[in-house]
Order: sequence, then structure tokens, then C-alpha cells
Amino acid sequence: MLNIFKTFLLGELIKGLRLTLGYFFRKKITVRYPEEKAPQSPRFRGLHALRRYPNGEERCIGCKLCEAVCPALAITIESDVGLDGTRRTTRYDIDLFKCIYCGFCEEACPVDAVVETRIHEYHMEVKGENILTKDKLLALGDRYETMIAADKAADAAYR
Amino acid sequence: MGSDLVNIEVNGVKLAVPSGQMLIEATDRADIYVPRFCYHRKLSVAANCRMCLVEVEKAPKPLPACATPVAEGMKVFTRSDAAISAQKATMEFLLINHPLDCPICDQGGECELQDLAMGFGRDVARYSERKRVVKDKDLGPLISTDMTRCIHCTRCVRFGQEIAGIQELGAIGRSEYMEITTYVERSVDHELSGNIIDLCPVGALNNKPYRYSARAWEMVAKPLISPHDCIGSNIYAHVLRGTLKRVVPRDNEQINESWISDRDRYSYEGIYSQDRLDKPMLKRDREWLEVSWDRAIEATSSLISSAASGEGDALGILASPNSTLEELYLLNELACHYGCNNLDHRLRVSDFRDQDSDPTWLSLGCEIAEIEQQDGILVVGSNIRMDTPILAHRVRSAALCGASVGFVSPEVYEYHFPQTAYLHAPAETFVSMFVGVLAAALDILGDKPPAWIANALKGINIESEHRETAAVLLNKENSILLLGHFALRHPSFADIRATAAALTELTGSKLGYIPEGANSTGAALAGVLPHRGVGGVKRGDPCGLNVQEMLNSPRRAYLLYGFEPEFDLTNPALANDALSAADTVVCFSPFVTESLLDQADVLLPIATYAETDGTFVNAAGVWQSFNAAVDCVGDAKPGWRLLRALGNAIGITDCEYRSVEDVREALEAKLGSRKSSNRYRGKFPVSLMVPEIGEKVLDVPIYLTDGIVRRGTALQQTQIAQVARQGKSIQG
Repeated sequence: MLNIFKTFLLGELIKGLRLTLGYFFRKKITVRYPEEKAPQSPRFRGLHALRRYPNGEERCIGCKLCEAVCPALAITIESDVGLDGTRRTTRYDIDLFKCIYCGFCEEACPVDAVVETRIHEYHMEVKGENILTKDKLLALGDRYETMIAADKAADAAYR
Repeated sequence: MGSDLVNIEVNGVKLAVPSGQMLIEATDRADIYVPRFCYHRKLSVAANCRMCLVEVEKAPKPLPACATPVAEGMKVFTRSDAAISAQKATMEFLLINHPLDCPICDQGGECELQDLAMGFGRDVARYSERKRVVKDKDLGPLISTDMTRCIHCTRCVRFGQEIAGIQELGAIGRSEYMEITTYVERSVDHELSGNIIDLCPVGALNNKPYRYSARAWEMVAKPLISPHDCIGSNIYAHVLRGTLKRVVPRDNEQINESWISDRDRYSYEGIYSQDRLDKPMLKRDREWLEVSWDRAIEATSSLISSAASGEGDALGILASPNSTLEELYLLNELACHYGCNNLDHRLRVSDFRDQDSDPTWLSLGCEIAEIEQQDGILVVGSNIRMDTPILAHRVRSAALCGASVGFVSPEVYEYHFPQTAYLHAPAETFVSMFVGVLAAALDILGDKPPAWIANALKGINIESEHRETAAVLLNKENSILLLGHFALRHPSFADIRATAAALTELTGSKLGYIPEGANSTGAALAGVLPHRGVGGVKRGDPCGLNVQEMLNSPRRAYLLYGFEPEFDLTNPALANDALSAADTVVCFSPFVTESLLDQADVLLPIATYAETDGTFVNAAGVWQSFNAAVDCVGDAKPGWRLLRALGNAIGITDCEYRSVEDVREALEAKLGSRKSSNRYRGKFPVSLMVPEIGEKVLDVPIYLTDGIVRRGTALQQTQIAQVARQGKSIQG
């Protein structure tokens, strides 16, 4: 009996519309991407990069821990004795299609060489572009080093 | 060591163990783990790492399990608070000076220190002072060093003293200043030296060619058999993404125990050498063309058929004794198809006069492990350390147990164990020197010689060294005479063997051969011999031509399988003439060389030992099958597949094998018995006349034995290889 009243007096509809009306006048949370962007954590896990030391030496020592920890098997590394007699990679490939952006590689790295930057706006047009080679990764590292260093510093207190 | 049992109790579990055993042996047998670094079951007890400290009831302090003999009623606790705290304290001390460079250390992931630090290490170091740094030593091209990582377990030192027999590494200094070094700056040159890499529990000693190229966890270990000597050492190939990264030993107490020779360990570099043949090639009007496999097989079959159809004698087949059993059997089938009896695998042998007295296959005469139990060993014509390093280790073990070991050889080789007798017998007078030993034995025993040898004995003067050498075999319960590579290659092999047979008959010793190549036993079983077919059954009369005759009277067509004529034959110059004169030379080879390009008409790339399935039969008659471990380089194909395809192309019936197992079954069905007896039934009239040796190759240095070894870059940089090459260049 009660249900019949409720149905015919459109009580639920009005309740719903009231909620809508409330949001209509409230401050908007939508951002106008790409002009506006949502705030990012310094821990954001986006595009990968390989870093260098301030003197230009690459950080990566080819220990292959990132390759071992990668749950998606996205990383492929080949290593050999470098020109200076140290352990160096001769190939460092990250397949962005396989990568699930879990950040384990960054966690595993003993020398903070591989990092996931805050860059998340990228695309591929040609087949094969999904493979980030060592050169590309190092170039990314060079380009975003200031940002990476700042993010690392911001996060350091929590580690 | 007493065989009576004593009762002990470990962690509350009652055990009965032989008295005289060390505690750690008892716990190992009972599967109770006690951590250790310096203890190794093949080495003596040093008790210097202190990692195996355990608590023993009524003992005031923890005791090292590796150096504490078991005693009746002993109560041991390996996991009690006292034991664990002692082990943890030891670990903390070990880690004080150990660098934290695990990420770049090649031992990372397979490191005993790393593993035990997980179980017994603290999470935070209490030591904040400077760590010790030790200068790296240059140990030659095979072993890389990072001496700062050394924890002074002295396994490598004890290996040198006890297994290798030549102490190349030692410890100098004490405590903080202790260092493992070669004393004087020099390389480590022993032919078994690579084993210290496996013994080193940390990353101080590592594999140099392999350095930094892979990690332990990403490689797959695939079992293989070593292809370089007749011992058939068991090895693991460590494979990363289809490429062979390194070779390590696989334990087999009956054959190689835990050791392999450096030749087996480092030869794999040859597989990836620059001159691997990676495409089938065909010569047309003096131009080499890369062709498809179909075309290559078709061309090969038509070339061979046109040369040999209806006239099998025009074809000569030479095969490397390092080929697999299956390949050799298929070669035999191919020969049978053409009615060709000219096939041989005895590439470096030059005396075939008494080949009908050969046993079915040249056997060692006993199991490899049984060599250790002999009390008299006479090695005739062999630089045994270089020919078969693992066998030399067995001979050494016998010598250390008190066996008398004697040598009859053309040079004074350096041996790593006491020798009772050495008879200097240069190649030219080898037979007369060796007959002298027989004469001495006859003289000592007051016996009469067999008639066929009596003539040779007439002009012999018995010297004291003959008597000493003969004494090695006399009055021994278990003795063996081993005929080595030098004797087998000697142009008077028939005389040497007849004398050896008479000597063994006289002294009641066993006669053994150390045949060349990994699979000469298999080759004899598969019938790759001119006078015998599968299983040693006599071929028709007259028998085919042996390798020398094939080259002396050139054939119209040759099929060369798996070797390089300019290095692997006794007389390269003769081979060169014969091959250049031939109409057709078909060559199955993993490598391409200038002279092959010059002489061959077809070059077919075949897989090496790591890339093919197959079987090797060692000198003790053990059949060891293995599967391909890595991908073939380029377009190379396993030899048995090619021979099968070729068999189909030339129309051999029943050549429908799908796998090596099929081939092996076909061979086994034809094979009566796998056994062979070395008992000599011939009556070869021994003569002291030695035919001219000329340019014949009698001594092949250890790192020049086959194509793969010759291309092992690290092996070629060793002291042994360089000395050998210099020696050669002086002669030539």
C-alpha cells in the first residue's frame, strides 16, 4: 500500500533530482584537460627513464634486478664488460605494451638508475615504438633529470 | 677409518654413523643442514671459516662440525640458541670486510655467502669503520679475480694441493693482511684450474670469459656431455635466450666426480667464433653461392651419386671421432647404400697393419673410477695430463694411494704426482725402448716370450730403467697398461700394441686404450671403419681403404664430416693434395676455413655438440645421450637431420627417422653386443724398424685438438696454448 503511494507521488525521483541540483550549484571538480591538470604525487609511476650521475656516467650497472623483479617480463637486458672494465648494459629494452607500471623496477634498483617519471602523456604511431631502448631511456633521463631529482628528494623522507 | 658405528643424537634425532667421520658428514647424510664455507666434501678439512659451529653437549664452547669427529653418545644441537648465536657472530665477522657489491658481482644469485647472510646475517651492520681492500691478482685469461671479496676459506689453495697436485695459489700474511695469491706474479696454468671458480664460495674467483655477461638466475642449466676427450665428462650448459653462456661441471662420481678440465669449460667460445659456417654454400664455376637447404641437399646428393653410383670405391668418407653416434651411424648407412667401404674415423692414426686384431672398440679396459683402485699403472705413449686431464686426475689419485705409476714417453712431461718409473722413448726408438721393457719383464720372471715377438727381443740390451719400468706392472694384484694418443698415432702402433699385449699377458695386467675424440667408441660401434661394419662385424674381403690409403690413392669424391683436413689429419700436406685432386669434395663442417673454400664443392653447416641431440660413448663404454642445449648458429642444422635428408634425397630405404632416438634404436637393433674385450688375439711379428715419421703429427697440444677448442679465444691465450704454438712455429 505504502509502495503504491511512493511510486505515484514520484518521491524517489525528487530525491534524486535534489542531489543533482545540489551538485549543479557546488564547486566543480572536473578539470579542463589538457589546459588544466590534476595534481600528481612525486611517486607517480609514468614513463621510464635511465638516470646518470652528475658527472655524466650512467648509473645503471647491469645487475638485472629490475629484469628479474618485473612481473610482466617487460624488461630485457644484455650486459658485458664496459669500456672502463665495469659491468655495463649493452642492451636495455622496456616494452611499454607489456609494462604494467607497478614500479617494482624502480624499487629493485640498487643505484636509482631506472625510474618511472611523472610523464604519462605519450603515444606510439609506428610499430616498434613501444620498445624503449637504452638510448631513448637515457635521453628521457637527461631531459627530465631536474624533475626526477626533485621527486626523489620529495619522497626521500618517507623511505 | 673404522667401520663400526657409533650412536649420536643430532637435534634430538638418533643417528648411527661410522666412527671416525666428522660431524658435518653425519649431518649431511642425515639431511640436517649445517652452514659452511671452507668445508668441501672433496677437499681436506681446514676448519678456518668457523661457520659450521654447533653446540655439543658437555663441550664448554661451540665446536666446528667439519673438524669434530663423532663420538659415542654425543649430543649435538645445530639449531640451538648457542649454535645459532655462534653462527650469527661468525657471519657478522665475515661480513665486516666483505664488500657490498653483490649487484655487480657475477656470483650474485649463486653465492654461498649471500645465501647464508640471508639466514644468519643481521639486517644492519654494526661496523662502520673502513673496509679492507685487496689488490686483484692477474691469474691469466681464464679466471677473473676480485680479491676484496675473498673470505679466506682456502678452498682454492687446498684444491691446488690436493686435486690439481700443483699448488698455484697460496695464502700469505695473517689476519687483516691475509691474501690469496700466486706468490710471484704469474698465471694459473693447470689444466683443471677452472674448477676453483666453482669451489670459491664467494665472487673472488670467477669465470673470465663469462664476466658480467649474464646472471645466475636467468640462465637455464641443460645437461650435456663434453665433446673433447674419450672420458665423456658430464657438464651443464648454462643457456640464456638460446645462447651458451658458460659451462660448469655436472657431478658424476663414476666419470668426472665434481671436476671438468678447462678445455671442457672454456671451449664453448668456439661455438660463437667468427668463422662459423652459417649458410649452406655451393661452388659454381669457382664462385661460392649461398643457397637454400633444399638446393644444397639436392646438389649434394646429385654430386655424390654421380661420383659413386655403381662404383662405391670412388667415394671416400672421413668422419671426426667427435661426431655423435647417430651421425656416424647414418654415415655408415650412406656408405652402405653406395657399397662403399672406404670410411674411417681414425683421422690421426697412421699404422693400420694390425687393424684386424683391434678389439670391437678401443676400451679403457676398466671403468674410469676403477683406475683409482689400480696398484700399478703403466702409461705408454701419452701425455696423459694434456690428453685426458680427468683420467690423469684418476691416475694421480691411484698414485697418492700408493700405486706405482710408470711412463714410457718421448718427452719428460710434468706430472703432478710421484712416478715410480720413467722411460725416455723418443718417437724413432719408441718400439725398441718399449720392447726393452718386455725383455726386462721376461728376464725378471724367467719366462719365454711368445714366438711372434722373439725375433725383436734378440738385439735388446736390458738396462736398469727397463727393469724399473717393468716393475710397475710386476707382482701387482690390479694393474693396467694404458696406450695413449701418442702410441695410437705412432707409425709403429702395431708393434707397440703387440708388445703391450705380450707384456700385459705376462704380468697379468689389463690392457687399456685411451682413444682419441669423444666418440671413437661410438664410431667403431656404428661401423665407421673400413674393415668392420656395425658392431664390429667384418666387412667383405677385401676391406675398404683406411684414412691413409684414401689419401695416398686419391678418390674421385670425398665426404668430410666435422673436421678440418689441415689440422685434424696426420699428414695435412697429403690430405691437401688428395682433396685438391678430387672431382667432388662434400664437406659437413661447423666452421669455414680458407682451405675448405679452396678444396670443397659443397659446404654444409652442421651443429656443434651443444646444438644437436645425440649420444657419445666414452672409452669405458658408457652411452651418454644428450639433447640440444642451445639454438643453432645461423642456418646450421643438426648433422643427423642433414644426413637423414640426404639419405632421402639419394633414395636410401628406411631412412625415415624422426628423432635421434629412432636412429639410435635402428642402430641398437643391428648391434649384437655393446661389449668389447681388449684381449689381444693377434700374432703381429714385432720389428724394431720404425718407418719414417717425417711430417706426421704425433703430439697434438691440448688446446689444438679439435675445431671448437682451436677457436676458444680464452683457451688460446693461456700459457699452455702459447707455449705449444711457439713450439710448433720453431719446428715448422
